[in-house]
Amino acid sequence: MKKKIDIWILISLGILAAYALFLLFPMFKLLKEAVIVDGKFSMEYFKLFFSQSFYYSSLGNSFKVTICATIITLIIGIPLAYFYNMYDIAGKSVIQIIIILCCMSAPFIGAYSWILLLGRNGLVTNIIKFLTGWQVPSIYGFGGILLVLSLQLFPLVFLYVSGAMKNIDNSLLEASENMGCSGVKRFFKVVVPLCMPTILAATLLVFMRAFADFGTPLLIGEGYITFPVLIYNQYFGEVGTNHNFAAAISIIAILITAVIFLVQKYASDKFAFKMNALHPIERKKAHGIKNILIHFYTYFVVFVAFLPQIYVMYTSFQNTSGKIFVPGYSFNSYKQIKKDLLNSISNTFIIGGAALILVILIAVLIAYLVVRRKNVVNSVIDTISMLPYIIPGSVVGIALIIAFNTKPIVLTGTATIMIIALIIRRLPYTIRSSVATLQQIPMTVEEAAISLGCSKMGAFFKVTVPMMANGILSGAILSWVTIITELSTAIILYNYKTVTLTLSIYTQVSRGSYGKAAALATILNLLTVASLLLFMKVSKSKEITF
Amino acid sequence: MSVNIKITDAVKRYGDNTIIADLSLDIKEGEFFTLLGPSGCGKTTLLRMIAGFNSIEGGDFYFNDKRINDIDPSKRNIGMVFQNYAIFPHLSVKDNVAFGLKNRKAPKDVIDRETDKFMKLMHIDEYAERMPDRLSGGQQQRVALARALVIAPDVLLMDEPLSNLDAKLRVEMRNVIKQIQNSVGITTVYVTHDQEEAMAVSDRIAVMNGGDIQHIGTPKAIYQRPANLFVSTFIGRTNIIDTNMTVEDGKCVLHFPNGYDVEMDNVQDEHKQSQNVKVSIRPEELVINTTSDEGIKVEIDDSIFLGLNTHYFVHTETGAELEIIQESKIDSILPKHSQIALTVKSEKINVFTEDGSKNILLGVENDGEQYKKGNRG
Repeated sequence: MKKKIDIWILISLGILAAYALFLLFPMFKLLKEAVIVDGKFSMEYFKLFFSQSFYYSSLGNSFKVTICATIITLIIGIPLAYFYNMYDIAGKSVIQIIIILCCMSAPFIGAYSWILLLGRNGLVTNIIKFLTGWQVPSIYGFGGILLVLSLQLFPLVFLYVSGAMKNIDNSLLEASENMGCSGVKRFFKVVVPLCMPTILAATLLVFMRAFADFGTPLLIGEGYITFPVLIYNQYFGEVGTNHNFAAAISIIAILITAVIFLVQKYASDKFAFKMNALHPIERKKAHGIKNILIHFYTYFVVFVAFLPQIYVMYTSFQNTSGKIFVPGYSFNSYKQIKKDLLNSISNTFIIGGAALILVILIAVLIAYLVVRRKNVVNSVIDTISMLPYIIPGSVVGIALIIAFNTKPIVLTGTATIMIIALIIRRLPYTIRSSVATLQQIPMTVEEAAISLGCSKMGAFFKVTVPMMANGILSGAILSWVTIITELSTAIILYNYKTVTLTLSIYTQVSRGSYGKAAALATILNLLTVASLLLFMKVSKSKEITF
Repeated sequence: MSVNIKITDAVKRYGDNTIIADLSLDIKEGEFFTLLGPSGCGKTTLLRMIAGFNSIEGGDFYFNDKRINDIDPSKRNIGMVFQNYAIFPHLSVKDNVAFGLKNRKAPKDVIDRETDKFMKLMHIDEYAERMPDRLSGGQQQRVALARALVIAPDVLLMDEPLSNLDAKLRVEMRNVIKQIQNSVGITTVYVTHDQEEAMAVSDRIAVMNGGDIQHIGTPKAIYQRPANLFVSTFIGRTNIIDTNMTVEDGKCVLHFPNGYDVEMDNVQDEHKQSQNVKVSIRPEELVINTTSDEGIKVEIDDSIFLGLNTHYFVHTETGAELEIIQESKIDSILPKHSQIALTVKSEKINVFTEDGSKNILLGVENDGEQYKKGNRG
């Protein structure tokens, strides 16, 4: 009679089983690898880590660079968002697209471009030296990592805070002005507190990205070893690899990010409130010196952030001789990469496309289960699905390798394992945005559909999913770009058959073939731009929300 | 095709919390039936049980002879209008209205014809291609109503459909709803907490409180002879005065302060005994005595002139506060602190037992009485 088996229960169980196999099992294997040495329980690698300064200082390095980068992104990003949303800035839609592009390229491309610009033989270094005789301080190490990460990640703060500012009702600002609080005072006393929940969320996101970023310190860090680099070297390094040790360090990394996550959660619970703007803020025209300063700040930040990408594109047309650039321009670099290009582009589309479709499908289903069908199984799924949020990408990669390089399931070296890794890593973000979208949709809309003759599944696909579509779509574009520029997991899982565009750029950069790397990076950039434009056309919206 | 709805011994529980303990109800074919009560009284819960969105913990629900307890909400053939309208924001007005027919896989020409018909009926045909976010609240409400009616449902359910509209639009839309219901002739169950709205639209009203039905009757019956004290205070405004009634030679007399006595000739026989009672006197049932000083002596605290009527707020010598509504006179309004005497329109006032559970006068029409335990055969 009524107790037919609900299709949603089967979906719940299926998702739970998939998580058990592809996330919990690898994490368990990783833990085992870390504490079982030669068949015996042992904490020796944890002791080793904390006994030698070479190892534990990497932790300090990571923290130092991550905290500094996070603070700088907030200092750059929040005022930028404020100016952008409060004042009329000439060319604002172009600016927004550029800012989005900045955060969507792979961080290591920024790193390598800054090396070309400010490195030992960099363009800017040489110009300054020629003009003034002054030797620009070395970009390698702490300073370089900080520069690249800050410029790479401030767009996230900008986009998040812009989203929050769109929800501030203009009357709140008018009320505060009415009570004598305006200008800078209002920015700190009203605007920033109103955006606080979002600022905290952005802070966490930036922190996690910076902490787990792997390509940047590898390229520009030189002697400045950070945590993810240490893990990679211990697993894949050319000398003295130790898998047990790599696993132990991975566990330490997860514990640290977990603590950070909990602290942020505690802080953001204290600032939880909801806003909905009936009358959104209207951009005003600033006057006089204020107008000039606002424009200068905006253009300067955007220019500096975009500079590396312009320069990469520029160098892709330079002639090369072996590994060095020589005068003259041609398409030679593009001709040289032609052979690999087809393979890596098709890999990018197959692996990335499959991952994207599955991410969206699973995220929407999980969001539905979590929001509309609260029960024990579904809250377990909710919790598990958030785990990858705190697991650095390289750790996900290592855990998957440990779990699936021996029977019964051998997946290493396949495209499948790369797709799985991408799905696991991307899901928490997509689930969060889908949940947020779904919570906005009143249950009665679905009930209306059911009372008009839809089955439960029918109501979900005909009404709920289309209503979520815009939210899903804007999340999807971000997912897509993150997926095609992903490096830290892919570099651990790939083999020659599954090289993606991002991986081939990295390979060329690490070989020093800057011309080829530049050509590949330009193509990746074009793909990103094309995806963005396509998205804007499809969604008919000029705003990308996260 | 319209149906009658029969509900027997309905039970609704959330965990250990019983919302509706035991409720029975008959709604006639084609009737406009309203569930009225304060928030939390279980009226929306009951409506959603009929719709199938709330589980039913006990009892039977019938449309005609068909038991619907276990029928999926999508198969009950119900048209429902929600408090927030629940218009699909991603579909145009026309597609919203056509949604139900498309689900029923109706032929395209039928869909077009019926959709047009109901959009015309609701005067929204000129917005057919518009998206819902460009409609006003009243227009969205019309779309919701058209969408619910176009599928030719057996029953129309409406959950506080007017509560999101402003006062003027609310009056306009309730007339629209009433007219449409009359012309379509569909059995309608309507939920509201607004007693004036309920009286304006309903054939019959069930006043609910605490998961129980207090009184079922026509608006007139409920207003004029409420079944108990709760109903009399919930429907309209009223003054409650505690007093006592004596019976001498078969004549029942109410004793008000200052020796003002009123003889009641319409007390039910079984209640003809001396007892303490609660008397409910609506503001318009109090009359200012201008010819003599007979009546309840009061002092005027304040007055409000509202054009058609003038309200007076007064207190008695014992401190009880009363409200009087009088048709406005051409001469001046009585000043504050004036001492006046009040008489009552004895044929209109209501008298309840001391605990307020029962109206002891003749003429109470309560269709809910038949479901009370012990009254059933």
